Amino acid sequence: MKRRVFLATTGLSLALAVASGSAAWAENAKLKIGFVGVTSGPAAAWGISNQRSMETRAAWLNELGGVKIGDTTYDVEIVPFDDQKDPKRAIAGMEKMAQDGIHYVVGPNVDDGAAAVRPVAEQNGIMYFPYAFPKELYTPPASNAILGMVANYQSGPAIYKYLMENSGVKTVAFVAANESDPLSQRDGGVEAAKALGLDVVSASVTYQVDTTDFTPVLLPVIQTAPDLLVLSGVSPANAPQLIRSARELGYTGLISTETAQDATVLAEGAGELANGFISVGGASTPELASDTMKEFVERYTKMFGEYNDESNTKVYALEYIIETLKANPAAIDNVDEFKKTMDTFSAPNPFMVGDATLTYVGMTSFGQKRQVSVPLVVNEFKDGKFETLFVAQVD
Amino acid sequence: MEQILANGLYLGAQYALIALGLTLIFSLMNVLNFAHGQMYVFGGFVTYTVVAQLGLPFIVGLLASAVVLAVMGALIEKFLFRPVIRRSKRDESTMLLAAGIAFFLDAVILLLFGEKQRGVPKIVNGVFNWDMRLIMPYDRILIAMAAVALIVGFILFMQYSRTGRAMRALAQDRVAAQLMGVDVDRYSMIGFAMGAMLAGLVGGLLVTITGINLGMGGPTSVKAFLMIMIGGAGVISGAIAGGFILGMMESVGLTVLAAYGDITYLVIFVTLMIFLAIRPQGLMGKPWG
Repeated sequence: MKRRVFLATTGLSLALAVASGSAAWAENAKLKIGFVGVTSGPAAAWGISNQRSMETRAAWLNELGGVKIGDTTYDVEIVPFDDQKDPKRAIAGMEKMAQDGIHYVVGPNVDDGAAAVRPVAEQNGIMYFPYAFPKELYTPPASNAILGMVANYQSGPAIYKYLMENSGVKTVAFVAANESDPLSQRDGGVEAAKALGLDVVSASVTYQVDTTDFTPVLLPVIQTAPDLLVLSGVSPANAPQLIRSARELGYTGLISTETAQDATVLAEGAGELANGFISVGGASTPELASDTMKEFVERYTKMFGEYNDESNTKVYALEYIIETLKANPAAIDNVDEFKKTMDTFSAPNPFMVGDATLTYVGMTSFGQKRQVSVPLVVNEFKDGKFETLFVAQVD
Repeated sequence: MEQILANGLYLGAQYALIALGLTLIFSLMNVLNFAHGQMYVFGGFVTYTVVAQLGLPFIVGLLASAVVLAVMGALIEKFLFRPVIRRSKRDESTMLLAAGIAFFLDAVILLLFGEKQRGVPKIVNGVFNWDMRLIMPYDRILIAMAAVALIVGFILFMQYSRTGRAMRALAQDRVAAQLMGVDVDRYSMIGFAMGAMLAGLVGGLLVTITGINLGMGGPTSVKAFLMIMIGGAGVISGAIAGGFILGMMESVGLTVLAAYGDITYLVIFVTLMIFLAIRPQGLMGKPWG
């Protein structure tokens, strides 16, 4: 009897296994998209907002039945790798993506990481979407990197010009963390400010990212009494402290940055002192956001407990990859096909109201289309939330 | 000049408090606690949760940080360091364990509190301004005074309480203390708990001023090690001196060297290397340990 039960159980188990195997077989194929970026340490917020945006959108698309590229329907699978903001780790991450047969990667988040992975990406046929600004990544002969946001040399001049015309700004001071990204952004900002005719009264003061008291750092800058204080490349972790210290030292001028910030972080860290702080927003505002964007925010919040305003920009890279692949299914494992499609690609932008489209831009800055087109939204922080100062378009 | 001195004293007070916990653990157990910075961050997040999320008064948040970190420290000592110290005579075993705990706490902090910078509202508004010669927000003055009060309280506790005397005996000579009837396990656990509690308290105090984020642990540990290297590892007065010296060096450097870029810490490290080459035991440490 026992033997009969055993045989029956085994048989049933086998049948179930075969049935579940068949079910798995009937499931969609996997489209693996990589993410190599910083998800730990002081800049973790940058990479985590990337990764979570991708995971939220992928889960949503999969829930809708997957994405149809050519004749095949795929479930989107995000393969993340934390590079810890270390170029060596970024290279290891990109090599892992290559070993996994992944051709499309979002990240890295910082300049040195994005520059370090370039040879690996080019040798292994990987298109990658860095959030890093060095022009050489996007200008020929480089062709595998696509800038995933608006660069500081595009947003900076727009902000300075706006403030010159609307607030009478004549003098400007720059302060930056002693790291490659903020320093290069500071240098770009200084160049842009001088080109616009602004008087740069201080640009040599830098700080360690782990500074706990910014009063001594900012004291010599504030003594120059600039009309505008630019926090070049400031991380969301440092921005509230710098703003607070500047205001506590009696600075009453304008403060701005060209990086994206988070309203909750500013409100918690600097409160009312952050009122008037100008930053580049995520590529969405309440006026611009479509119902899809609003649902994305809801889903993100439901999945991860709290939304990150930076995801207003970070939501785009995955969408560009998928829509470009839809436009040319041959690009699924051939990045040369992807590059060919980029020049003429256009698709409806699901995250914006109206007739906005997803297109690749960058001819003016890079001489080739190696940048995703997202609106340049410049925000002003006021009483715990961002208000749109102006919106512009970049090419 | 007044501003530089005030900045240095403010930084020094918070640094000294951070270094105290680290040096206490080192003196009692000969353990380099690489997770000290993560404990500081954990304490900051506990205060943030109690004050900003639960809406309770700041003092409650501070007490919660002290209690949570003290319990955490006691458990870490009892279940992790004690068995390892018992089984291994090699110093690197506890160093590796401490490094492992640091990574573990980083992961726990990310899971529990997220990746964002957090902060709590200012506990006191307003700025002290002495004719633009000395500008200091009142909350910083208050935090600096609280830090000094905690340091004084700690010294008095170590000097006059029975537990403090037992821990000092343990730090001076572990075997002799044991022979004199000091319960080594018990006081090691209390010492570790106090060290962790101090880290948590500083994190809680500073969350009102600098905020807190996941990545602050490592750099905080490095600064704490710098302080005890300057003052002498395992010496309470040395940790306090190291904290104030580092704070003052940072304040002076950031003002005087600002025009040359961010070379303050470069200068501090070079100075420290030269200093340690001449006096490897630090200002108040003993060459024999």
